[in-house]
Amino acid sequence: MTAPLLRTEALNCYFDGLRAVADLSFEVRPGEIKAVIGPNGAGKSTLFNMIAGVTRPTSGQIFFDGVRIDAMPTFRRARLGIARTFQNLQIFREMTVLENVMTGRHMHGRAGVIGALLHGPSLRAENRAMADAALELLARFELDGKADVVAGDLGFGQMKVLELARALASEPRLLLLDEPAAGLPQAEAEHIGKIISALNRDGMTVLLVEHNMRMVMSLSHDILVLNNGMRIAEGDADSVRRHPDVLAAYLGEAEHA
Amino acid sequence: MVLARAKSDSLSSPPVEAVSRPQLRSPGRTAAILSDHRLLLIVWLTMLVVPFAAPNAYFVSLANMMLINLILIASLNLLMGYGGQISLGHAGFYGLGAYVSGVLGVKFGLGAWIGLPAAALLTGLAALLIGIPALRLRGLYLSMATLGWNAILVVMFNRLIDLTGGPNGLLGVRPFAFGRFALDTDARQFPLLWLVSLLVMLAILNLLRSGTGRALRAVATNELGADAVGIDSFRTKLLVFVLSAGMAGIAGSLYVHVNQFASPETFSVSNSILLVVMVAIGGSGLYWGPLFGALIFTAVPPLLLEYEDAELMLFGFAMLVVLIASPTGIAGLPAILRRWLASRRS
Repeated sequence: MTAPLLRTEALNCYFDGLRAVADLSFEVRPGEIKAVIGPNGAGKSTLFNMIAGVTRPTSGQIFFDGVRIDAMPTFRRARLGIARTFQNLQIFREMTVLENVMTGRHMHGRAGVIGALLHGPSLRAENRAMADAALELLARFELDGKADVVAGDLGFGQMKVLELARALASEPRLLLLDEPAAGLPQAEAEHIGKIISALNRDGMTVLLVEHNMRMVMSLSHDILVLNNGMRIAEGDADSVRRHPDVLAAYLGEAEHA
Repeated sequence: MVLARAKSDSLSSPPVEAVSRPQLRSPGRTAAILSDHRLLLIVWLTMLVVPFAAPNAYFVSLANMMLINLILIASLNLLMGYGGQISLGHAGFYGLGAYVSGVLGVKFGLGAWIGLPAAALLTGLAALLIGIPALRLRGLYLSMATLGWNAILVVMFNRLIDLTGGPNGLLGVRPFAFGRFALDTDARQFPLLWLVSLLVMLAILNLLRSGTGRALRAVATNELGADAVGIDSFRTKLLVFVLSAGMAGIAGSLYVHVNQFASPETFSVSNSILLVVMVAIGGSGLYWGPLFGALIFTAVPPLLLEYEDAELMLFGFAMLVVLIASPTGIAGLPAILRRWLASRRS
């Protein structure tokens, strides 16, 4: 068995004494698509935010490829190879599509400030290489025709794809997706789903939080089900679907609704 | 693990070969920015006629002041327009540069050529010390910290009489000189200001085109997104704050050796606020905005002088009119006109 790419150990998170995530240990193995699901308030987003670096855990540890990351600022985790997308989109709206993706490659830039001020040949070469890599990535997602469009002018579905392209531009080892299908009509959600599974076929490890059950069930190799901040089930789609606690949690929520 | 790494590397070279790069490139942003470099050269070459075509020395002195103000406003635009950080102490950094350079000359006998880099370094260092605590926090902390800093500086310019000459001003500042050839007339000063302002404008343009420039704009538009792609927002903001202050220091040194005098009121908080307004009027976050801002900042007050008490009111009213007609400033007018024409056509 290969070592996990991401591992949490006894992770706890409290907000004003309220327990959002309790004593959670789980793993993401390299090359898999792992989904985290659960009813509203189950602690999915808190877990996601602790891994991405937005929320600090109250206690417990997170390891990425053997390196402890739970106290690291977000940008350092990104530099280690953890890229993410956001549920409510955090693209650079005033910059062009191409610039968004080039900025995604920022951590691979080597030119310093002095080089930037003088605009020497090495900086020009680096800029060109970055633009080329970004254009290739955009072509892969059929956004190359929009390279010079200001990102804020794109449609919502295209913005989601752009954010994914920006995340991939850094050549990450782990891709964190926060509700990639949220707000999309079924056809566009399926398009995103196809992109994710194509990336995974090329070796990308994915951790995904998603409400769209059809997407989760068809994409994921492994599903972690949370309720009240605790694991109630973990396994492949079939076993999770039949798990009595999972059924109870979701039906329970349906009764409340 | 090794396998997964090797596989994910293949991501960077996807099996798409059909992209016609030259076609994608030519109409793009890269081409548009290249022409900014060319335009910069054309504008500055055109400016070379000023000393010859000027009707009198006063006109040349205004052109000189315009170039100094341009450095000041362009450096503030870099911080504010592109970096999204509002400094209310830019005139303070300007003053610090002026007094450092001036005092080094008057009290310590050091030449202007030493004063100029010393002013840039010291204002940059001051910005570093203010920026480290103020930029750690998001929001308006930099504005508040720089406002306080500017107020403290004005008090120091007034009170450290032995060094600064106090409210009467710093007298006896010597001009830039090449040996015995002193740049002591407006026409002699113009080429130096022309060159330094060109270099500053060029450095800003280069910076904006670099990864640092993209990171800066990314931090200003969306800090969460910038964090997520591995940009150190704090360092990026600090770097630009230091650069911007250093450029203001350069402007201060130029000012003090050109005017051979400095007094505290030039560097007041209200002038810092006026500089922020000039960035907005010229076009905040637009490369050519500061050129318009500097023209207005230099040319309008002398024109309004004869209205005496109404001067400030007229100035304020004119600024309001500009910003209502074109919220993106004067440099933003072409884009507004283009959009208006496009909407008329359709």
